[in-house]
Amino acid sequence: MSGERTRKVQNAETASDATGIENGADAVVRALENAGVKHLFGIQGGAIMPVYDAIYDSEMNHITMAHEQGAVHAADAYGIVTGEPGVCMATSGPGATNLVTGIADANMDSDPLVALTGQVPTDVVGNDAFQETDAVGITSPVTKANTFADDPDSVGTDVGTAFALAKHGRQGPTLVDLPKDVTKGETETDPGGPTLPETYDSPEAADPDAVSGAAATIRKAERPVILAGGGVIKAEASDELRAFAMEHEIPVVTTMPGTGSFPEDHELSMEIVGMHGTGYANMAITVTDCLLAVGTRFDDRLTGGVETFAPDAEVIHIDIDPAEVSKNIEADHPLIGDAKAVLDQLADAMTGSPSTGAWLEQCETWKEEYSMEYAAPEDEPVKPQYVVERFDEATPEDTIVTAGVGQHQMWAWQYWTWTQPRTWVTSHGLGAMGYGLPGAIGAKLAAPDREVVCFDGDGSFLMTCQELSVAVREDLDITVVVLNNEAIGMVRQWQDVFFGQRHMASDYPWIPEFDTLAEAFGARGFRIDTDEEVEGVIEEALAYDGPSVVDVHIDPGEKVYPMVPGGGDNGLFALTEEQL
Amino acid sequence: MSRRRNVQQEGLEGPPPEERKRPIGRRNSQGIRIDPEVEAEPEPRRTTISAYVENEPGVLARVSGLFHRRQFNIESLTVGPTQNEGYSRITLVVEEPDPGIDQIQKQLEKLIPVIHVRELDRNPVARELIILKVDGEEPDKVQAITDMYDGEALDAGPETVTVQITGSEEKIDDAIDAFKQFNIREIARTGQAALARGAEETARVEERHT
Repeated sequence: MSGERTRKVQNAETASDATGIENGADAVVRALENAGVKHLFGIQGGAIMPVYDAIYDSEMNHITMAHEQGAVHAADAYGIVTGEPGVCMATSGPGATNLVTGIADANMDSDPLVALTGQVPTDVVGNDAFQETDAVGITSPVTKANTFADDPDSVGTDVGTAFALAKHGRQGPTLVDLPKDVTKGETETDPGGPTLPETYDSPEAADPDAVSGAAATIRKAERPVILAGGGVIKAEASDELRAFAMEHEIPVVTTMPGTGSFPEDHELSMEIVGMHGTGYANMAITVTDCLLAVGTRFDDRLTGGVETFAPDAEVIHIDIDPAEVSKNIEADHPLIGDAKAVLDQLADAMTGSPSTGAWLEQCETWKEEYSMEYAAPEDEPVKPQYVVERFDEATPEDTIVTAGVGQHQMWAWQYWTWTQPRTWVTSHGLGAMGYGLPGAIGAKLAAPDREVVCFDGDGSFLMTCQELSVAVREDLDITVVVLNNEAIGMVRQWQDVFFGQRHMASDYPWIPEFDTLAEAFGARGFRIDTDEEVEGVIEEALAYDGPSVVDVHIDPGEKVYPMVPGGGDNGLFALTEEQL
Repeated sequence: MSRRRNVQQEGLEGPPPEERKRPIGRRNSQGIRIDPEVEAEPEPRRTTISAYVENEPGVLARVSGLFHRRQFNIESLTVGPTQNEGYSRITLVVEEPDPGIDQIQKQLEKLIPVIHVRELDRNPVARELIILKVDGEEPDKVQAITDMYDGEALDAGPETVTVQITGSEEKIDDAIDAFKQFNIREIARTGQAALARGAEETARVEERHT
């Protein structure tokens, strides 16, 4: 499409001077180009129009989404898959407020994201003008940094700084609010490349004495466990982590964002930990005497009640953000720095390996005792776990999986075998339903040559299914698998256990036919009602070159187990409803 | 890849919760390992934290918003310009257990406009100011009390007398008690402003933050 346009920068007669920049909007676009941005996700609107007008002359690819929430989730997923900040944009007022959910999600998960919002002209800011909201005020609690651009000469630099801040140190979302008179205002200043503020610094290597102390603790440990968080993936430290675990024969558990940082098909993998983690991972993390935690913020869904979390463990905590260390769980050995650099330091500081033979045997016993099995009698409806496993088998190892939030997300997490970083793309900390489909769109644009499968729930899918129009228009080869139990399933599961089976506002008997809905959007629609249909439909859906939706009518009675109730003891995970 | 999970009739199995051997250790609510027999929860203490910040719009909102959403217990907050143009000092009096005081400083450091944060030691140079408006029926007595607290009368009329007192938090509290006899009509009280004692710098201006 951009090829049909007359590019301003190529037309020397209309370009104001050597920079080819005429106004603030041009500077914004140039800043994004200088940062290497290729895709933008957004929606037009009054106050952001000057910026869109400048994009007309750019080779960057703008994806018009159906809703701003779709734009921000797509940009977020793009950031997770590539490691580079995804960029979303929206107009002022409702455009900006519709971004907030996705910005908050990126903030919880430390995803690199830049949000650009239009704003009413500065002379009417504060007057409750049409489509005016205080975007900086609203997003302050959920951004790493945000700013109100007030000068055409510096607006491009503001955007570059936002990009640099999103990417460096502990990653996170940033926002630049762009008043219309500032983007329309004259300037010829080229903003240059993304630059961090002078006052910003982020730790690289950890204190060597602390590293030595940690190494000595690991060396003498009897029951060590490595807890790999999302920071391992953010820091590109998966190789270092794997090497360390293998060298010293230490079992590894992963948090939800850390999933994929250590291959689950390796014998040292105890897989996933926390509320719906495996029984063996939760046993290991409860009984450990030495916990090497890397890039994790000890979320409550991981720890359960802190009183009973790894109560015998000396904790070594590697994190780039000092505020995460001893925030929820006290670190006996705080190692503040970049995970990749600190794991290297730690590897060098090790003077020998702990004796973990007996401990690994114990871990193996737990793996057998608590193996992840699900009942699948022949006369019962399709089990969601079975669908996840069959998709895993039918797709390449580097397949990217996105998900919404709820039971389907947990089944995907539990029953997919994760072997690579940046393949598990979902809303972890915020738990934002509706993430899956826009996330798949962002992931596919980030990795066009890889298979992208979105596991969604019927409730989550209904929140953002309008983004199918985007997938069809952009001809994106993604497969959406709706694990349909005609309910907000996780809520219903909790109601069964904690609210006396009173299913208030959780059953969805009015659910649409998603295969028909997909066809209405121009996508392919499939439906599965029995086990026998699963393999054939998977094959057909994956072979279809374009977006497809597989509506799987699963057993509505299926629950997510194991489960540690909120604030509970990880070691007391329940295997059945009766054990809660 | 081969299936690592078996489809069985039974579903999840393994020893139930009550049969699992688990550690007897405990942490407290701050996530610190404790001996539950002897150790109690850490007690909150009152302390002064000084933040040297870029004087940009919204910096105060960012700081106060942070305290609100992380439920830090704040006693007072003052802000004002410094000798360096473009920079302000925010002085906070907080009451938190040690982990909370540590967390407050780390979270403040993360705000981009915040240059440096530190907890002042137990004996900083610290002052508050209060303006009191009391009934004016006994101006001589009001003046006497004001003198006792090294204060100053700011305004006197037929109905009211308004005075200022400066000093430590304790002195201000005492003064308020003393003025109660004149019927205090209104009070305006600043929070604490404080600097480190002696040649010690309150903020390392060159400090880079993370």
